[in-house]
Amino acid sequence: MITAERKPLEELIEYVRPFKRILLVGCNECVTVCSAGGRKEVGLLASGLKMALLQSGTTIEIREHTLERQCDPEYIDELLPMIDGVDAVMSMACGCGVQEVARRYKDKPVFPALNTKFMGASERQGVWAERCQGCGNCLLGMTGGICPIARCSKRLMNGPCGGSVTGKCEISKDVDCAWQLIWDRLKALGLEDQYLKIIPAKDWRPAGGGGPRKIIREDLAA
Amino acid sequence: MKTESHLEKVLVSGNLAVTSECGPPRGCLPDHVREKGGYLRGVVDAINVTDNQTAMVRMSSLAASVLLKQEGLNPLYQMVTRDRNRLAMQADIIGAYSLGIDTMLCLSGDHTQFGDHPMAANVHDLDSIQLIQMVKAMRDEGKFQGGADIKGPPKMFIGAAANPFADPFELRVLRLAKKVAAGADFIQTQCIFNVDKFEKWMEQVRRRGLHKQVYILAGVTPMKSVGAARYMKNKVPGMDVPQDLVDRMGSVPKEKQPEEGITICIETIDRLKKIEGIAGFHIMAIDWEEKVKEIVDRAGLLPRPQV
Repeated sequence: MITAERKPLEELIEYVRPFKRILLVGCNECVTVCSAGGRKEVGLLASGLKMALLQSGTTIEIREHTLERQCDPEYIDELLPMIDGVDAVMSMACGCGVQEVARRYKDKPVFPALNTKFMGASERQGVWAERCQGCGNCLLGMTGGICPIARCSKRLMNGPCGGSVTGKCEISKDVDCAWQLIWDRLKALGLEDQYLKIIPAKDWRPAGGGGPRKIIREDLAA
Repeated sequence: MKTESHLEKVLVSGNLAVTSECGPPRGCLPDHVREKGGYLRGVVDAINVTDNQTAMVRMSSLAASVLLKQEGLNPLYQMVTRDRNRLAMQADIIGAYSLGIDTMLCLSGDHTQFGDHPMAANVHDLDSIQLIQMVKAMRDEGKFQGGADIKGPPKMFIGAAANPFADPFELRVLRLAKKVAAGADFIQTQCIFNVDKFEKWMEQVRRRGLHKQVYILAGVTPMKSVGAARYMKNKVPGMDVPQDLVDRMGSVPKEKQPEEGITICIETIDRLKKIEGIAGFHIMAIDWEEKVKEIVDRAGLLPRPQV
């Protein structure tokens, strides 16, 4: 999923301070799962903003609405009946959702309430960790199902650097060495020889080096 | 001979090679480079010039290498993949060779988190093994990575690093094998304090016949003080300093500790000389270049061969 964290309240207050009425829009997908921008967080942020502004003598009207998916035009249309009645929109989706709302409602300022972080997985309750950088040409088949691009701090594709110690990365004891994980897994699978194959220099075009990326499915595209 | 590199000539001649290093200054101080290089004249066969080591901005390794070259010394130009993409690296390699630099070391580099620019992007367009492949193709095929011909290919003698002390231990020789397969001509190892563990690593190296495919220069570092010994033991990732060496450094008065560190370094070289497959030594006397001559001399490695 795409993970995100809410921005500090102080930053959000400054965004909305000039407005009388705003629409606070959540998203029911990834940011709900990572407890950053779902219905519950929309409610909490709305109260937080109202209280903080009230303390400085300002009142603000906040309409709350959570869309099924904010990265999809058909759901964003749902905001149409509400949009005329507000001065600005604050989106609690990832950066994709913020931009889709801005694209659809061109005359309304749209502000992000979250910092979009990474594509990751839940490690345990309340902990998410990066797993994929969307490089566009997956090499997990060669690395035992563990991604060195997303999980090695130096994105080394051919083995651990000299700073790997007792399974941890040199940058922090809290970071696993991706190549230790890869090696353990290759061993467990009896695929040690896989390691000796040199992964050649990567073509970064599919990773974004070729400019903004787009997928066009001819069979589906209208 | 693949190149005109003086280091290659020494290694091919069968003599034990000696290299040392010179960290460029953090400012426009060319005399500083000349002074450090001066300590190593006639003492070593090549001088490593580090590339923004510990992820701190310094005079570029290319510029400092040229300064040493102008002094008639043999720079060993280090390049890390952390700071440049493949366009910049290839451009610098051509530039370096055009300025008379024919020996280089391919590294991934310390993570930016360790330096004074932790906010900088880590480039890592290539990793160190892919850099070796690229330099080899530039030299042997005269090709840029993009496929075009190079008019006047750089004939670099290609080095790589190996750390026998990092984990996973069993992967360390395989990683060396990959660097050799990628095209490394010589290897400089991480500082060796734990000679027993290094011997185990070398056993595996010999079992794979890698010592016959690549020249291995054993890395050594003289410790200046018990504090430095403790720091390397506890704070430098991938460094293995046995406790008995720390204790030995601590067992002599503070003013005698530098001398003790140098003695340990020479004893280490003597032990390493007996290991089959060692082609020379890389003496990393960090900010202590003036002591390298004494180490090389007392280790019986002077005079350096004229090849």
